[in-house]
Amino acid sequence: MCGIVGLFFKRGAATQALGPLLAGMLSQMRERGPDSTGFALYGDEAPPGAFKATLRAPDGGYDWAAFEGTLANAFQVVCPARKYGSHAVFTIGSDPEPVFGWFAQHHPELDIFGFGERIEVFKDVGLPDAVSQRFALEQRAGTHGLGHTRMATESAVTTEHSHPFSTGPDLCLVHNGSLSNHNRLRLSLRREGIRFATDNDTEVAAGYLTWRLRQGMSLTEALEAALADLDGFYTFAVGTRDGFAILRDPIACKPAVLAETGDWVAMATEYRAIATLPGAAGAEIWEPRPATVYSWHRQ
Amino acid sequence: MIEVDLAQSSVRELNQRLHRIGPGDNEHHWRVVNPNGAHAVAVGLTAPVHVEIKGHVGYYCAGMNASAEVVVDGHAGTGLAENIMSGSVRVRGNAAQSAAASGRGGLVVLEGDASARCGISMKGVAIVVGGSVGHMSAFMGQAGTLVVCGDAGHDLGDSIYEADIFVAGKVASLGADCMEKEMTPADFDRLADLLGRARMAADAARFRHYGSARRLYNFHIDHAAEY
Repeated sequence: MCGIVGLFFKRGAATQALGPLLAGMLSQMRERGPDSTGFALYGDEAPPGAFKATLRAPDGGYDWAAFEGTLANAFQVVCPARKYGSHAVFTIGSDPEPVFGWFAQHHPELDIFGFGERIEVFKDVGLPDAVSQRFALEQRAGTHGLGHTRMATESAVTTEHSHPFSTGPDLCLVHNGSLSNHNRLRLSLRREGIRFATDNDTEVAAGYLTWRLRQGMSLTEALEAALADLDGFYTFAVGTRDGFAILRDPIACKPAVLAETGDWVAMATEYRAIATLPGAAGAEIWEPRPATVYSWHRQ
Repeated sequence: MIEVDLAQSSVRELNQRLHRIGPGDNEHHWRVVNPNGAHAVAVGLTAPVHVEIKGHVGYYCAGMNASAEVVVDGHAGTGLAENIMSGSVRVRGNAAQSAAASGRGGLVVLEGDASARCGISMKGVAIVVGGSVGHMSAFMGQAGTLVVCGDAGHDLGDSIYEADIFVAGKVASLGADCMEKEMTPADFDRLADLLGRARMAADAARFRHYGSARRLYNFHIDHAAEY
């Protein structure tokens, strides 16, 4: 099963409307994925020369203040960290690579769930309303966001195995389905320098897109290449810094609904998640065609 | 006219009320508002009632329908009118995948498009689609008629047994053991009658007829000694 939602405002600055609307959509997908819930938000931009990293600690009682102190000795911490229990968002004035090297050496207990100029990624075991509340989703602004409720089939029910998966700057992916050639593909992508944190099949699809984008492909080209290289069942929703895309496999057993108005594009596994949005009744609504890339970019 | 608001009432309450209608009851006209993509709306009806649903429905709307006339004034999700036995189901918008799957009888009219696998394993239902159908429509169809006024996607009628398919537009490709067949005067009359019953303003002369080549499933007499 699994449930996917995505909401993309076509223009304008980050809006406070995003968090509550995404939380409402996720809530409707509760029955499709009671194991875990996750979401990615594209919020305020990091200042030039800095990047945002969403870090996840082993437990909610982690001493983020102490960590922030040691981090500030090694790198410039551009603005105060935002802390949400086990997760925290840091804005760091550096290239990401030296910071990740420092994390690996000094704080191997932390997971990096997402990094880039705008992305923030939160995920945990639990039902959508509880996870949304845990990470204050209803108070969060952004221009677009993706969410996922998981019913696990291919790997364990843990926070690390939850979606979204983010394997490159500002890129994230949520997936309904299962991939059958992920082990072999993971090996070849590792040789290309893509890092994987888990044995999850969806993380391989995210890593594949990161690799293709790194080669200079556009998001649409990367997804078209995925049609040839990924084997399995999938409906994907993908977020980038300024973009949003949907792809279903050629058999298209995994459901998907798209809706578009003058203001927004929304995607969900079932229409009932879209029905919660303002203007849904007047939206253009359709089922995305198999093996067809749909993508939108903010101007 | 009885109106049920799904913002106030649950789908289960609605369906139970519809199931309780007896032969002598006079509750013939129902109107359902605010479906908001709810699943299993108006499933399992057995009384000859008219139910109009104002808005988009989720999965399996009007499944197992017998005798009732269900109209969706919106789009429908996966598995509309699955296993329909008799009566009719009409959707004024589009239907998602597997519409009228394994339907045994009755009439399903989709005024817009149908997605993949429309009429999969159909067993006697008549389906009329005003727009186009997705891939593998009428897959393993055993009996009944699928009429497509627009185009058909890939692998139309794959592994078909004995259902009839009529398409006015382009067919992307035929599935295994599906072939174009002669349009006999009887076929033409049957198609014209069905278009009329569906209130679909399409000219029966524009359609081509497809069906089973009967090479895939038939028991072959030369192999009789093998058993």
